[in-house]
Amino acid sequence: MKTTNRKRTPWGQSLKALLLPTLMAGSLTAAEYPTAEVNTTGLAVTDDTVTVGQLHSITGTMAISETGSVEAERLAIEQINAMGGVLGRQIKIVQEDGASDWPTFAEKSKKLIIQDKVACVFGCWTSASRKAVLPIFEKENNMLYYPTFYEGLEASKNVVYTGQEATQQIIWGLDWAYENLGARTFYLIGSDYIWPRTSNKIARNHIERYLAKKDPKCKVVGEEYYPLGHTNFRSLINKVKLKKPDLIYSIVVGGSNVAWYKQLKAAGITSKKYNLLTISTTEDELLGIGGENAEGFYACMKYFQSQENPNNQAFVAAFKEKWGADSVIGDVTQAAYLGPWIWKAAVEKAGSFDIDKIHAAHPDIELPEAPEGYVRVHESNQHLWSRAKIGKIMTDGQFEVIAISEDLIEPDPFPEGYQ
Amino acid sequence: MNTLSNHTDSSFGKLLYERLFKNKEGVIAFILLAVVLLLVFPLCLNTFRLNLTGKYLCYAFVAIGLVMCWGNAGILSLGQGMFFGAGGYCMAMFLKLEASDPESTAIQSTPGIPDFMDWNQVTELPWFWFPFKSFPLTIALIFILPAVLAFLLSVFYFKGRVTGVVFAILTQSMVACLWYFIVGNQGFFGGINGITDLRTLNGWDIRTESAQKTLYYVCSILLLFCILVSRYVLSTRLGRVLLAQRDKEMRVRFSGYNLTLFRIFIFCFAAVLSAIGGAMFTLQVGFMSPNLVGIQPSIDMVIFTAVGGRESLLGAVYGALAVNAAKTAFSEAYPTLWMFLYGATFIIIVLYLPKGLAGLYDDHIKKWIFKLKPKSDSGTTPPSEDLEKEVPYAK
Repeated sequence: MKTTNRKRTPWGQSLKALLLPTLMAGSLTAAEYPTAEVNTTGLAVTDDTVTVGQLHSITGTMAISETGSVEAERLAIEQINAMGGVLGRQIKIVQEDGASDWPTFAEKSKKLIIQDKVACVFGCWTSASRKAVLPIFEKENNMLYYPTFYEGLEASKNVVYTGQEATQQIIWGLDWAYENLGARTFYLIGSDYIWPRTSNKIARNHIERYLAKKDPKCKVVGEEYYPLGHTNFRSLINKVKLKKPDLIYSIVVGGSNVAWYKQLKAAGITSKKYNLLTISTTEDELLGIGGENAEGFYACMKYFQSQENPNNQAFVAAFKEKWGADSVIGDVTQAAYLGPWIWKAAVEKAGSFDIDKIHAAHPDIELPEAPEGYVRVHESNQHLWSRAKIGKIMTDGQFEVIAISEDLIEPDPFPEGYQ
Repeated sequence: MNTLSNHTDSSFGKLLYERLFKNKEGVIAFILLAVVLLLVFPLCLNTFRLNLTGKYLCYAFVAIGLVMCWGNAGILSLGQGMFFGAGGYCMAMFLKLEASDPESTAIQSTPGIPDFMDWNQVTELPWFWFPFKSFPLTIALIFILPAVLAFLLSVFYFKGRVTGVVFAILTQSMVACLWYFIVGNQGFFGGINGITDLRTLNGWDIRTESAQKTLYYVCSILLLFCILVSRYVLSTRLGRVLLAQRDKEMRVRFSGYNLTLFRIFIFCFAAVLSAIGGAMFTLQVGFMSPNLVGIQPSIDMVIFTAVGGRESLLGAVYGALAVNAAKTAFSEAYPTLWMFLYGATFIIIVLYLPKGLAGLYDDHIKKWIFKLKPKSDSGTTPPSEDLEKEVPYAK
């Protein structure tokens, strides 16, 4: 990932010339790995190229969220190609549009795997789209690199989950709020579908079973769900005012966020009087909400654009250079960026593109220089060990990172005691 | 029934022939479709594409239903996704129960129930899932449920003589209701994820290549059968009354017909056709999603019909195939731009082919064919005679 430091300058041409020997070296390694050996299952691998699939919604309601992931994956693949590719082979992308429609996702994943015989797929965003394609990946035995934080309860050998599963985002964040914000009473709010419901179930269990042991005052004072796209939160806000929770725990998703934060502000629920912790609002959503409407509230993620480390700064610079200075990078975008790098590492470790061999190579793959910091693939479940972070929303729509978990948090998609 | 008995002395076969195909041209067109579906596609397409074609054919069921109730009876329904979904969900519930045996769901807190129920803290199978443990009952429900649904939804409106645009909007609101119902009850119907990961039908793995081929043939033959049934319905007096009330409602009413029953019948008929398509969809795609129940797919289905020609049963099939094939081809070739191309196609069709593909055939290609062979016996008849031929019993 060192090439992330490379800046494109007027000297770009000479830089290319400098890179040429690297490319030559790349083709040498391709000779070291003859196609017949690295590809025994008929994937689209030639002597100098390897074809991968990219399957996100470019049209429809989800396009606004998924575009960041598309861009991040393309950036990563471009950087890998500039370094000489994977096993000396340049990566070619076949892009398909899931069109925010789950049956279309299923159709396109079949097309990528069966027709194009791609070596792996970077794609999907919503749980629904992942659930739609999962049986196809398992039946045809291909590999999906899935970037979104999600509800867990799944660990397919054909999916690498580069985002966090629910417990990684929730437990440490609640502990942090308990200690640093003095949160004892919690109001849980979510959009009505599987991810918020499962997440709140875990949150409730943690509050009632674990935090309550430390302080018996800990309890959930309310739990409510609203349909996706809901925009009228006034009755909910009245209830919140009545209960006066120490912490509003929000998993409101997508466009609803805009109405939710604006109405909170209008009703006088600001960070001066209330604490709000969310696991569903990233820089991307803040573009729509406006930082001033949510200023001072907290989010628990594994990545913030404002993280101060050289790798992240290089990543942000490269991203902005390729996709425009106005682009923002949310948690999922960064997770999507990790996908191609993990795949590259796995292929090189296995010395093969075969899905089974990549699967066997995944455990313990490390990315020490990921923008979010060190991450490692779990020993058995193809999720990532990562650190959780708390960010405080600033008026410019960015987060100020105020806490980082000391240890890497283990991904535990089937958490015992939380089901 | 009168007409039937009148003709028993003449050959019954000939009568059936006239009813189902009208004339030689009808036979040729039908055989052509059968050859395309049963020979050309399976020979030319690989299993993946064939499976896709099978998926398009599922929409053709809905399109035929719309030809019946919109094209031939003047009842525009913008809510066919509701019935497509009803059929699809019935089949999906059966397949899901089969896929959720206690061994393969041992990891759950309550083994033996579908996975999404377990995620939503449902601890036992809801009562309305029990019928779907039986395959015959499921098949029966695929027919009965949409028919009952369509009956209940339409009876009051048709009794109150609500038709036209108002009815179309009402169907749209109903389909939106059903969408919210499914998405809101995720513990019972899988919510926005739908019912996924369906594997076997009575122990037969529906995901294998051979199974997908077989299902394609089943789907095609069912479709051809449904076309014949629809043809038959249109050729009866019932069909004629429907056609008459489409064009001159008051005249038919004053002739003493109770239109409510006719309309309810054709609406239910279209609903059942859609449901068959939905059930075949679930089998071929391997899951069912609320996305197919919403407003947008329902309107898409009307578009397929309009593109094919709303009065032509065969046209509707070609319409569904053409629109979906175009959608796939555009989106594969230009993943970022395909929506524009897709939309442009519709605009061109509406502007230049208001009667759809069938209109293109009737108005242009047909003339051209008959110019080539002027002595052909079936087609040279001018339109006016054709009309008389169509309604021989009206005299």
